[in-house]
Formats: sequence, structure tokens, C-alpha cells
Amino acid sequence: MSNNATARPSILRLDNISLTFDGVTKVLDGVSMEMLAGDTKIILGAAGAGKSVMLKIALGLLRSASGRIYLFGQDVTDFTENQWYEVRSRIGVLFQEGGLFDSLTIEENVAYPLVNRSNKSPEEVHPHVEEALRFVELAHTLDKFPSELSGGMRRRVGIARAGISDPDLLLYDSPTAGLDPITANKIMSLIIQERETRNATSAIVTHRFQDGHMMANFRYNSESKRLERIPDDSPLRQRTRFIVMREGRIVFEGSERELDASTDPYIAKFSMQRSAH
Amino acid sequence: MLDILKSPIVTFQEFILLAGRATANIVRRPFYGSDVILQMDLIGVGSLPITILIGFFSGAVMALQMSRALSQYGATGQVGQITAITLVREMGPVLTALLVAGRNASGIASELGSMKVTEQIDAMRALGTDPIKKLVTPRLIATCFTLPLLTIVADFIGIIGGYLVAVPLLALTTSSQYWNNAWRSLEYNDITQGLLKPLVFAYIIALVGCLYGMRTTGGTQGVGRATTQAVVVASVWIFVCTFLITRIFVNI
Repeated sequence: MSNNATARPSILRLDNISLTFDGVTKVLDGVSMEMLAGDTKIILGAAGAGKSVMLKIALGLLRSASGRIYLFGQDVTDFTENQWYEVRSRIGVLFQEGGLFDSLTIEENVAYPLVNRSNKSPEEVHPHVEEALRFVELAHTLDKFPSELSGGMRRRVGIARAGISDPDLLLYDSPTAGLDPITANKIMSLIIQERETRNATSAIVTHRFQDGHMMANFRYNSESKRLERIPDDSPLRQRTRFIVMREGRIVFEGSERELDASTDPYIAKFSMQRSAH
Repeated sequence: MLDILKSPIVTFQEFILLAGRATANIVRRPFYGSDVILQMDLIGVGSLPITILIGFFSGAVMALQMSRALSQYGATGQVGQITAITLVREMGPVLTALLVAGRNASGIASELGSMKVTEQIDAMRALGTDPIKKLVTPRLIATCFTLPLLTIVADFIGIIGGYLVAVPLLALTTSSQYWNNAWRSLEYNDITQGLLKPLVFAYIIALVGCLYGMRTTGGTQGVGRATTQAVVVASVWIFVCTFLITRIFVNI
């Protein structure tokens, strides 16, 4: 198993990343982590723990004060904005509120990555857009504007947009924040489905332990078109790791079982089992 | 002491950097032509009715005020000259710019501010688009193109407003004398500063609006703050710059 793991290429590596805002507040403090191809990382932590900032650093949207960032095997720390555009074309992102452009229709929003990067016309990419929206069950909203959709629907459009260019790395920033449990489960099952169908490496930032539990224990069965429990011996289980962040530091990294076994009261807050009791 | 100066200096530096990048993007691909047209419609055509209204009344008020002062010296025939010079050199450019600042610097700041707080600007960067190219440059081009045109309209309508007060209403002078005076009094110096000012003001309005919008933090409250700051800062700089430009042209 360990031989297999080392053979997988590195997708994202953060090496001792630190960042301070206004020269005083430490947002990230020596954060290191690595994601290999096929890995799923569930990043948990209280609000303000630096989870979203870590994603933005991985995307080059924020610059770290120190440390190095490696994406797809290359050191991207000192890349210029133009060089970053190239790297970002291999990453799909879902922002907290979906990050959809208000002035564009749903179709234009989802088509944006394709039209923008490949210089294809909107007509050429239309079948892809329709397919991506059908995947999130929103094919009927093509001509609508984001303001006409509910919060959950906007998130689903965001998922369609994140996955449309077939990225190697998918990043989800609090995909279920502020949603009711039923919608949140729907979003999570779409994310799991996207992980399986695209075979992409995914990182998900969340403060809901249920999301992590679903990601770690369920997979999408394309034949029965349903979620099913991941068998205990599946490599997928090994590749799913939990990260708990606190005040800009990673205080825990490990499997769900290790998370459940942790005695630290802060870490235990994010354990499904403890919280159930 | 240094801390107090730090924030305005940093803001000024950001403004200069944004101005440089937005200007350089004018000649760099890709061009967002449809965005430029849309902004021209919003800023130019959208501001036209209010520009006409304000232009008309500023000219009319100018003629009214001057009627008393000029009659003391028996020089009421000069009303056309005074209205034209004041409007073309100063009132036209400044009033139009203040209007557009109130209307569009706030509009730009709130639109970009909302985009910032809802992570649309981050999304744009993540999807491979330079927000300065896509959002700032089209607004800059549109404002630089439309503000001088709006100023010309305001100047002309203002002179008509002055005419209506001076000739039909108060009979200070004759129609031909008014227009003759207005026309002859304007020199190239006046026209040049009257057209240079709106160009400089356009830079201030578009870039201050964009800068404060893109710097927005702190949710919807931050958007409100950014909008107010953009209008205040743009208006102050319009006055500072009109003083500086006038100072230069007075000596020429």
C-alpha cells in the first residue's frame, strides 16, 4: 500500500506557509501539507482558523509571507499572476457563496472557464454546459440569473462550473455553510459524485463534521446511481485524511478513526462519534 | 505621526499602480469591447439627462448673478462672455465631474465592492481573468471617452441657459451680441483646459471608484463604506486637480 502511495504524483504541497494580516494577526503559522493524486482532504476548524485562507494561498489568490507552494510538481511560489492563470486552469474551485457572476446568466457562468481559456464560442461549449448543469440537476436554469436561484442552487451551479474544465484538483470552500441539512446533504453527495466521476483530487473546507464523515465513508456507485458505504479495505478510505486547524496551525492530521480517538477537546469537537454522544 | 501618514500614502501608491496597470491594459489583449460599450451606456448616456439639467441651470444662474454685478458698471453686454468663459473653463468640467462622481464613482465602487465581498473577483482570478483588465480598464476607457463629451454638452446647454436669462428674461443684451461675445471670448487656452480637465477627472472618478471597490472588506457594511469613501475622495481630488490645472493654464 505504501509503495502505491509514493508512486502517485504530488498535486499540491504546502511547505511551512505563514501569513500575517496587517503585520499583526497571524492567519497562517507554519502550515505544511501534501496532497497526492486521488487524495481527499477534509479541512475542519472553527471560523477564523485559516481554512479558507489556506485554499486561497493554494490558488495563488493570496501570497504567503514565507514558505513554498508546489502545484502539480512545480514550485509556484514566485509565479507572476500570468503564470498563475496557467496553473489555475487545472484547478476547479467552489467559493463559499458559489462565487457566481451576478451579471451573467447561469449558462454564461458555467461556460466561463471554457470560453475564457480555450477561446471557444458559447455555441461550441453549449452541449458541455448543458451536461454539467444536468449533472447538478439544474439544466432548466440556463437562462436564469444567479439572483433568481436559491442559495443551494447557486452552490450547485458553482459545482458545475468548478468541474466543467475537467480539473486535476478540486477545492471546495465551505460548500454547505448556511444551508439546511437536506440541501447540505444533496451538495455533499454531488461533491462525492464529482470526485468519483472525475477521479480528481479534492480538498474540502468545512466546519460541519457531517460533511467530512460523508466524504470519508461514502462513494458514488455509477451503476445504481446511489451513494454507498466505502468498504473498509478500499484504498479510497486510506486516501481520505482529516485536517483540523486552529488559529492558523494544523493541530491534527489523520484518518477518521484517529480523529475519533483524539483526546484533545478542540479536535474532538469535529469528530462525528463524539458529537453524536 | 508616521502611522497617520502611512495609510494615505499606501492608498496613493495603490492608486498609481492601478492607474498604470489599467492604462497599460488599454493596448493589451484580450479586449473587452462589449464591456466598454456597456459602461459607456451606463456612464455616458445614463448621465446625459442630469448633465443637461445641471448645465442649463448653472448657465442660467451665472447670467442672473452677473446681471446685477455687470449692471453696476453698465457692462451688461459682457454677460455672454462671462457665462461662456466661466462655464467652459471651470463650471462645466467641475460640475459635470462632480455629478458623474456622485453617480458613477459610487456605482462603480458599490458594484465592484459587492463583487469583492461575494468572492466574484476571486472567482474571476481563479477562472483565469485579470479583474483589472475585465473590470477596471473598460470603466476607465468609458469614463475617459464620455466625460469630455458630457462636459461639452453641459457647456453648450449652460450657454443656452445663460442666453435665456440674459436675453428673453432680463433683456440685458441682444441675441446677436450675446452669442458673438460668447463665441469670441473663448480662446484655445480655454478650450484646452476645458477638455483636459474632464480627462483628468475621468481618471480620478473611474480609478477611485474601482480602487475603493476592489479594496472592500467587511461584508455589506464595507460596501457602503467603500461607496461613500469613493465619492468623497473623488470629489476632493476633482477640486484639487482643477486648482492645479488652472494654476498651470493661468500662466500660459
